[in-house]
Formats: sequence, structure tokens, C-alpha cells
Amino acid sequence: MKIAVCVKEVPDSGPARKIDPGSKRIDRSGERTLNPFDLNAVEAALKIREAAGDGEVVLISMGQPKALESIRKALAMGADRAVLVSDDAAAGSDLVATSAVLAKAIEKEGAELVIFGQQASDGDGAVMWAAVADRLKMPVISQISELEVSGGNVKAKRQTEFGYDTIEAAVPAVLSVSDAVNEPRFASLKGIMGAKKKPQDVVSLADVGVDAGEAGEAGSKTTVLNLAPPPSRGETVKVEDDGSGAQKVLEFLMERKYV
Amino acid sequence: MSTLVFLEHNGSTITKGSLGVLGKAASVDPDTAGVLVGSGVAGLADQAGKYGAAKVFVIDDASLEAPLPQPRVDAIAGLVQAQGFDNVLFAASVLASDIAGGLSSRLGAGLNWDLGDITNDGGELVGRRSALGDTVLVDVGWTATPRLALFRAGSFDPSESGAAGAVENASADVQDFSQGAKLTAQDQEESSGPSIEEADILVTGGRGVGSPEAFSELEDLAKALGGAVASTRAVVDSGWYPYATQIGQTGKVVSPKLYIGAGVSGAIQHKVGMQSSQTIVSINKDGNAPIFEFSDFGVVGDLHEVVPKLTELVKERKG
Ligand SMILES: Cc1cc2nc3c(=O)[nH]c(=O)nc-3n(C[C@H](O)[C@H](O)[C@H](O)COP(=O)(O)OP(=O)(O)OC[C@H]3O[C@@H](n4cnc5c(N)ncnc54)[C@H](O)[C@@H]3O)c2cc1C
Ligand SMILES: Nc1ncnc2c1ncn2[C@@H]1O[C@H](COP(=O)(O)O)[C@@H](O)[C@H]1O
Repeated sequence: MKIAVCVKEVPDSGPARKIDPGSKRIDRSGERTLNPFDLNAVEAALKIREAAGDGEVVLISMGQPKALESIRKALAMGADRAVLVSDDAAAGSDLVATSAVLAKAIEKEGAELVIFGQQASDGDGAVMWAAVADRLKMPVISQISELEVSGGNVKAKRQTEFGYDTIEAAVPAVLSVSDAVNEPRFASLKGIMGAKKKPQDVVSLADVGVDAGEAGEAGSKTTVLNLAPPPSRGETVKVEDDGSGAQKVLEFLMERKYV
Repeated sequence: MSTLVFLEHNGSTITKGSLGVLGKAASVDPDTAGVLVGSGVAGLADQAGKYGAAKVFVIDDASLEAPLPQPRVDAIAGLVQAQGFDNVLFAASVLASDIAGGLSSRLGAGLNWDLGDITNDGGELVGRRSALGDTVLVDVGWTATPRLALFRAGSFDPSESGAAGAVENASADVQDFSQGAKLTAQDQEESSGPSIEEADILVTGGRGVGSPEAFSELEDLAKALGGAVASTRAVVDSGWYPYATQIGQTGKVVSPKLYIGAGVSGAIQHKVGMQSSQTIVSINKDGNAPIFEFSDFGVVGDLHEVVPKLTELVKERKG
């Protein structure tokens, strides 16, 4: 079975992330990494391929050319190859534009199973799979915490606001997996050495059959109007634990009269 | 301008979140309708009218029984096209997010998510959200209609406005692929044991705790402080701790006097369940963890070192 895994490069976590006030887009100049949630999607795909004994895991991504450096992490884990759609005309794509591009790239691959991470750590949308599934006209199951794939059938368990659902579908299907579905493997040294040599195609919008007007700002239907700092919540006292961390917490709790 | 609000229901009640969005929508646009989608849901329409819907559309069909998104995309897309709604608003949930994402593709419509507020700026809607782990406030807009929006869980409280609105039936044209995913079981989890909503002090363990066994470290601390143990989705979905203890969007909303997070990263979906805690203390070995952004006191360190020591110190202090 051919499995497509959608992966995204994101700014590294923490306060380093910021929005560029000029372009009002996420500042992409700092440290970059693969969206940590996508590692669970890669792991899920590798497990399915291994259980079946054959098949191919193709990474699909849209981003800047240098995103390949982050994507190699998933190749090192064991994915077979990568397709990165990279085009100046794709910059500033919102959900409508990005889902159009990803769907076309997946269609071109003819993947039977498409797997997403639970959310992109920069945008926190957790909506991309639903948008892509509608374009591909495939059933979708999201937020999967337990996954079984066998004989072209998917059985999944997932948490909602009201408890747990068990949902089944036949392939072709689109899935998104939660960060509890598995424990992503670490890449072996051999995997890391081999990753560079695996096929990694950087393709344009035209290559996947998307008109420039459908992507980037031209194809987007949302816009950022204004940026402001959030209301401040008061000071955070942050200490490094040098052995006295617990003592310092105790003092803080005493000061606030919790102890 | 005209606005449609998706009214999510569980059993025979419409969720508080969607009634809250309905009320907000009605205050921004008087021409606001709600839509109920399901099987045997007509009886819920009155509830919605009381919370601000001038009209409630009911799409009742056996194929819409299971709470799955794709048949609802078909149903709502049909209604939006037939009625020409300018805005379609949702209270974020697992189901609503998937519907909104699907509708975005179906209608070629822009979707803004994680909104905490919305205003009507002379016929143009402006949404307000916080982004990047709530380190920046962003005003967002749409360049075309229909406009789609998902509001962050708990953004608005429902308020009864009185008069019940008109009810109108609509039909759904459910496509084949939309019926490909089938709900085969549903467990509504009953919470048992002490409720985390009642506790004044919550010691919350995240995936950083490392194993179900190590939760005993947190239980000891909670006991010493006179509190209860809570958890994150990652912990619950891994089967380490019961669902009834989960804080967050798909768990409980709590506001204890003291929240101590150990090995919790502080994801937005967790934060919406605990941000109104009076005091927030966190222990995380990653100094960049988002939880430090909204903690009063943070320790960058290994929880397996800090938590047992803290338990001993608290016990000593209490004698
Ligand atoms: C639709 C949707 C709904 C969701 N609903 C919820 C919800 O209701 N509740 C919820 O909690 N989440 C929810 N989530 C998931 C949420 O996005 C996060 O994935 C989840 O909260 C992460 O849990 P965590 O903090 O335990 O784990 P992680 O994010 O993995 O964080 C673990 C942390 O532990 C730290 N750590 C590791 N080892 C140690 C150590 N020895 N000492 C100290 N620190 C250590 C790490 O640095 C890390 O910061 C939802 C997600 C989606 C998409
Ligand atoms: N630009 C992108 N390229 C490839 N995959 C993406 C991209 N953006 C989002 N995704 C996928 O969609 C998932 C959810 O993203 P989001 O809806 O943006 O939170 C991620 O975990 C990825 O699997």
C-alpha cells in the first residue's frame, strides 16, 4: 500500500517563535524543525508498512526549499522518499490554498492512505486533514489514539468532548493521529546517513497541477489585519533546578499561603 | 449580512459552547440562524431559539445519526448555498473543527480558528485570536464570503434572550464518500472517583511523568498538599491515567486555587481547561516549554527530582 504522510517544517518551539510585523507572517528566520506532531504520523505509516511487509511511505510537504533539512529527519526514521512543493507563488498560503496544493500532490502520488499529525505546532489549526479529505473525496478519521490497519480496513479509536469513538473505514482514507498513538522511533545512525541519498523532489505548483492563482496570497481567503502583544499575565519567576528547586517551590507556596 | 451557527448536540442537549457562540453571533449580526444536524433532533430547536437564534434550521436524517463530520459538511454546504449565508460560525470541538475544515474546501471559504472574539466593523467581520502559544494577539479577517470561524472552547457563556425563533426544516444531500467512515462504538465515559473540579489544589501530570507507575510521585505530593491528581490528554490516551482526570478542551475545565503541572508542555488545548487557576506552578525540564509563558512560578528541572523532594519538604513543614 502506498501511504502519504503530510509533514510540515515549523519554527522551533518556545518563545523563539514570533510573527514578522512587516509581512504579518510567522518569522521563518530562526531555528527550524519538523513539526513534532508529524513524527507520530510518520511512525504510524512505518508501522503499517512493516506489518504489511511491503508498501511505500512518501512524505508530502509544502514549504521553503530549505525545509528539506527538517524533512530528512523523517527520511532518517525510515520513510522512503519526499515530495516538497516549493514555489514563490505559494508563500502566504492559508488553509484553502494549502489544502488545494497538498491534495493535488497527494492525488499525483495516488496514495491509498494519507496520514496527518494532530496539529501543526505553529498554527495549531488541527483542520488540514478535513480540508484535504474533502478535496480528495475520501473518508476522514481524526485525532486517532489507537489505530489498526489490516486488509484495506482501518479501525480507529479517538477521544472527543464526550468520551471515545470507534470509527472504521475502508481505504482509500485520510487519517490524523494523536501524539499518544505511538512512540516515534529515533533515527539510527545508518538511517541518518542514508537519508540524504533517498529521493527528495522539490517540485513547483505547475508540477503538481495547481494554478498560481489558487495558491499563496492569491488563493487565500483569510488575512492578518493587525498584531498586538497579549495582555500581560504578570511575572513568571523561573528558576533552574540546581538541587534547590523543590525548596524554592516550597517557599513560593508558603508565601502564597498554600502550605 | 446573515450568519449561521452550527449547534452541536450531545444526546438531548445542545453544547454550552455552541449556544455561547450563538449568543455572540446574534449580538454582532441580528440576522443570525442556528442549524441542528442529526437524527431525531427537531425537539432541540426550542432550546436554540431561547439563546439568540432568529431562526433554527433543522436537518434531520437517519444518515446523520452518528456525530461524524463529512455528512454534516454535505448538509451545511447545501444550506449555506441555498440561503446565501455570509458567515458560518462554530464553537471548536473535535467534530466542529472537522466540519469547518471540510466546508472550507467545499465552499472555497476562508477559515479562521482559535478566535476568542469577533466584531462587526461596518459590515466586515474582524476576528481576534491569540497565536503562537498565546504570545501574540492577532486580528484576522476574510477576503471573501462565506467566512468560516472556529471559536476557542469556552470563549462565550450562553445567555438566554427570551423569545424562541422560527423553526424551518431543510434536507441534506449526503454524498457516498461522506458515508465511508462508520461509527461502530461510542463510550460515554462516566467519571468516577473524586472530581478534579472540586479540588482546591491540583497536581497535574503530563507525558513527562514517563510511566503510569511514576504517577505515584504525584499522588504523594497531592496527598501532602491536600489536593487531587489531574492529567493531560497525552497521558489519558496512553492509558496511564483515567479520562475523568483530564483537563482541557476534550476534558474538564477547572479553576483550582493552585495548579501544579509536572511534565506538562502547556498546549493550547490543555490551557483552555486550566487558565483560570489562581496560581500556576510548573516543573518542566525544557526551559522553552510553553507552560512557562503562563506560570507564576516555574522550575526548569527533572520532575522525578523536584516532585519527591517537594513532597518531603511539604510533609516536614506540615509536621
Ligand atoms: C482537538 C484536540 C483536542 C485536545 N484536547 C486536549 C485536552 O482536553 N487536554 C489536553 O491536555 N490536551 C489536549 N489535546 C492535546 C494537546 O495538544 C497536547 O498534545 C497535550 O496536552 C500534550 O500533553 P503533555 O503536556 O502531557 O505532553 P507533551 O506535550 O509531550 O509534554 C511533555 C512535557 O514533559 C516534559 N518532560 C519530559 N520529561 C520530563 C522530566 N523528567 N521532568 C520534567 N519535565 C519533563 C517535556 O519537556 C514536555 O514539555 C488536544 C489536541 C487536539 C488537537
Ligand atoms: N504546509 C504543510 N505541508 C505538509 N503538511 C502540512 C502542512 N501544513 C499542515 N500539514 C499537515 O496537517 C497537519 C495539521 O496541520 P494544521 O491543521 O495546520 O494544524 C500537520 O500535522 C501536518 O500533517
